[in-house]
Amino acid sequence: MHRLTIAQLSAALRRREFSSVELTRALLARIARLNGPLNAFLTITEETALAAARRADEALQSGRGGPLTGIPIAHKDIFCTDGIRTTCGSRILDNFVAPYDATVVERLHAAGAVLLGKTNMDEFAMGSSNETSYYGPVCNPWDLKRVPGGSSGGSAAAVAARLAPAATGTDTGGSIRQPAALTGITGVKPTYGRVSRYGMIAFASSLDQAGVLARSAEDAALLLQVMAGFDPRDSTSVDEPVPDYHAALDAPLKGLRIGLLREFFDAGLDAGAAKLIHSALDVLRAQGAVTTEVSLPSLPLSVPTYYVVAPAECSSNLSRFDGVRFGYRCENPHDLMDLYKRSRGEGFGAEVKRRIMTGTYVLSAGYYDAYYLKAQKVRQLISDDFRHAFEQVDVVIGPTAPTPAFEIGAKVDDPITMYLNDIYTIGANLAGIPALSVPCGFVSGLPVGLQIMGPVFSEARLLKTAHWYQKETEWHRSVPKGYE
Amino acid sequence: MNLTRKDVENIAHLARLAISEQELETYVTNLSKIVTFVAQLNAADTSKVEPMAHPLSSQTQRLRPDEVTERDQRERFQKNAPQVEAGLYLVPKVIE
Amino acid sequence: MEWETVIGLEIHAQLATRSKIFSGSSTAYGAPPNTQANLVDLGYPGVLPVLNGAAVRMAVKFGLATGASIARRSIFARKNYFYPDLPKGYQISQYERPVVEEGTLDIVLEDGSRKTIGITRAHLEEDAGKSLHEGLKGMSGIDLNRAGTPLLEIVSEPDMRSAKEAVAYMKKIHTLVRYLEICDGNMQEGSFRCDANVSVRPMGTQKLGTRAELKNLNSFRFVEKAINHEVERQIEILEGGGTVVQETRLYDSDRNETRSMRSKEEANDYRYFPDPDLLPLAIEESLIAEVRSTLPELPDEKATRFVREHGLSDYDAGVLTASRELAGYYESVVKALGGEPKLAANWVMGELSGALNRDGLEIGASRLSAAGLAGLLLRIQDSTISGKIAKEVFEAMWSEGKEADAIIEARGLRQITDAGAIERAIEAVMTANPSQLADYRAGKDKLFGFFVGQVMKATQGKANPAQLNELLKEKLKP
Repeated sequence: MHRLTIAQLSAALRRREFSSVELTRALLARIARLNGPLNAFLTITEETALAAARRADEALQSGRGGPLTGIPIAHKDIFCTDGIRTTCGSRILDNFVAPYDATVVERLHAAGAVLLGKTNMDEFAMGSSNETSYYGPVCNPWDLKRVPGGSSGGSAAAVAARLAPAATGTDTGGSIRQPAALTGITGVKPTYGRVSRYGMIAFASSLDQAGVLARSAEDAALLLQVMAGFDPRDSTSVDEPVPDYHAALDAPLKGLRIGLLREFFDAGLDAGAAKLIHSALDVLRAQGAVTTEVSLPSLPLSVPTYYVVAPAECSSNLSRFDGVRFGYRCENPHDLMDLYKRSRGEGFGAEVKRRIMTGTYVLSAGYYDAYYLKAQKVRQLISDDFRHAFEQVDVVIGPTAPTPAFEIGAKVDDPITMYLNDIYTIGANLAGIPALSVPCGFVSGLPVGLQIMGPVFSEARLLKTAHWYQKETEWHRSVPKGYE
Repeated sequence: MNLTRKDVENIAHLARLAISEQELETYVTNLSKIVTFVAQLNAADTSKVEPMAHPLSSQTQRLRPDEVTERDQRERFQKNAPQVEAGLYLVPKVIE
Repeated sequence: MEWETVIGLEIHAQLATRSKIFSGSSTAYGAPPNTQANLVDLGYPGVLPVLNGAAVRMAVKFGLATGASIARRSIFARKNYFYPDLPKGYQISQYERPVVEEGTLDIVLEDGSRKTIGITRAHLEEDAGKSLHEGLKGMSGIDLNRAGTPLLEIVSEPDMRSAKEAVAYMKKIHTLVRYLEICDGNMQEGSFRCDANVSVRPMGTQKLGTRAELKNLNSFRFVEKAINHEVERQIEILEGGGTVVQETRLYDSDRNETRSMRSKEEANDYRYFPDPDLLPLAIEESLIAEVRSTLPELPDEKATRFVREHGLSDYDAGVLTASRELAGYYESVVKALGGEPKLAANWVMGELSGALNRDGLEIGASRLSAAGLAGLLLRIQDSTISGKIAKEVFEAMWSEGKEADAIIEARGLRQITDAGAIERAIEAVMTANPSQLADYRAGKDKLFGFFVGQVMKATQGKANPAQLNELLKEKLKP
């Protein structure tokens, strides 16, 4: 059962080949058996899952329900889940039980999805390797000594290891796409404003987006369909109608204009990965797509831009974690200042503190113009570059990550080295455009991802392109050894 | 660009983060690296652009009708509170 | 050395919306702690602000009423600092592009002169919660009911030159926001708060002196006292060769002094930046036109009209237009009387206001309706009773809640207008006071008053004064 796609599972449930309860139990058993070395799950919600599965079975029996009814999924532990522990991978929320559901959680729940548990992540979504979690790193099912990528490392590992057919994630600088690439699965980051951020613990408000990790574009489309759409509780939510993503998957690919980003195929890209990307492009050209080179001259500045804007926003977003109304409070604070400093000092990990301090610095008097304001202007340049490119091409394709999965502990010492992992993904967040990653091969037995980016609200086009690619290739069906 | 210990102490204070002596050195090093790294931005010619606060360039703020939609859920929300008395969140005394 | 005082006021007016500025919680005053604080107000992880349209309209209304420019696109910014009553660790406010800019307000000073005070800006922001320090065993208790209530922060130019001017400005803003129905102006409940920036400089110089910010000024009287005290303090320092420190000072009304707030003295770097959870606020022409159509007749317009149509003095018109309700009451009285605005004005400003003040009531809770007062004044107009008796009737109406006619009847207070009766009373008094009569006739004119008094006493005050005077003059003639 764990090998079936969501579409297959849904059909099987409808045919009563098995029930959602059986399916859920099977996955819970699999999680119990396999999660240990992976550390993908932080909280397993057995009772909630079975209750939801029972309700789903009832709905299916009476002929009600939709494509996700009875389908088990996992949520990244950044989404608030009512009555369920929500930690954001941090000690500061170790004891936090969310009193409400995020919009994304509500919608998937209403669509009949079954919550298996909350997945591990880089603390407050800050990281590209899932090594900053208070609860220990997540291991890549393809090689347990290696990182799965981050910050949605837990969700990626869970899906890659077939512990859940799909999982939610968030992407601020690549946190869905990069782990998807490193674990050989499909990860989708929608257009900024496409999916509600209400209930999604904020890291960098103008960059964060909720998205999906699944084993195929088709499966991702099914989840995105339910997640997307206007939410009045989020002022940055866009009131744009949601197309039928599933129906759009088989629209013809012929004539698709693909832009190859000159700045991406640079010295930093692993040679083996580059070869795989070019093979992937051959497959798409054979389908009728045409390729041209495009240039986004400001793109090389995307990483420094991001590392001003994101920390600035997060330094403010994380001020609410002060030990007063919820979360970790230090022992015996002797005054208010001590309460704040020690609760936050002890509650946050090193990377989070580093980013808070960077953010505080770039916003502080005397530095605001030179850093924050400057970064926002460069952000406009990058966004303009993308807009110009999309006047000539329909999608832009390139690698997702510069290298396949690296070893746990290999990059923790130097922040800059870690930050450069995001070099290909960050641009899409800065410009607010949608992007996804699909597996396109292996280098030394480790997965490599192909990134497809499009103009705002072109998710249907991206999913279609990915779907066509997945019809012609088998990479997305590969399963890591031991998880078949 | 190199930050000094004093710089880092000030920032940590503004951000209400307690950092130990050992951590301080590491932060000075790492933050200096980061600041140097992001200074690359200075190379960009941004004379002709406006700062981009938002990817949603054409959208403006939605206005909500003036209606009371919330009810008292104090007990539920205070379940997570470290210290509560008589419905108030308690903190060490604030001197005004 | 002659010193010039320079004052600017920052007024925080709580906007009278039903729900909070960024959440749907109630703004009602006095609820038990934290029962009107939802997840957004509490700054829980994952929550987001959504802007209340009524707060925007109220800000626009204020801008229109002060001739200010309304920003077509205005931005919300985060003001970052840590304090337990500020749940998110930042306040959503406005920094670079506030909703209202460059307005003016005219004030009338005691000597009758007018002065125009500039309003630099007015912007929207959210209020913080409250801290309670008593009875919590050395801890402070935080109540976040107030957190998220919409505020309009009104910043004046440093145009005021005396505490009196500052109070006049503050009172005018207070009147205006209540006219516009955007704020209830209740200073006891904290819905109208004032901070004053005060500095001094040698008369004739241009450069602004170092200013102190005075906080905790929650009555007009305190504002005046605090400013005067602060000016003296600063002059004393400067004349002694010292320098004034730029700081925040708290006004202590018990001791009538200002104290430095050491805890807030650390230069706070607020690290303002545009709030990424909110989009730019676009204010369309249509919204402005809609709000403009709801503007009431403003206090100045109304006062000018009273002067023009009712012949009132500037001062009287000013007093009567201090609140829309009072002005409305006054106009109702005038209408019911069918004229005699001066009579109405005198009674509204005199007896009625006196009774209201004595009982601590607002005009809306007056024990005497406008129709009722008009009923009383009609009886003065038609000479049924004298002005003096009317005062007695007024007091009875106020405490018994009865109509004027009923009281006049019940107490037999009708004025005596029968010339014969008055003459007989005069004759009786003259007979009873022969020596005074003789003295008067001998030239002691002052005794006229004595006779008036005696006749009034004899007639229980009911003799028509005008007739009495005339007849008495006749009869006393030698």
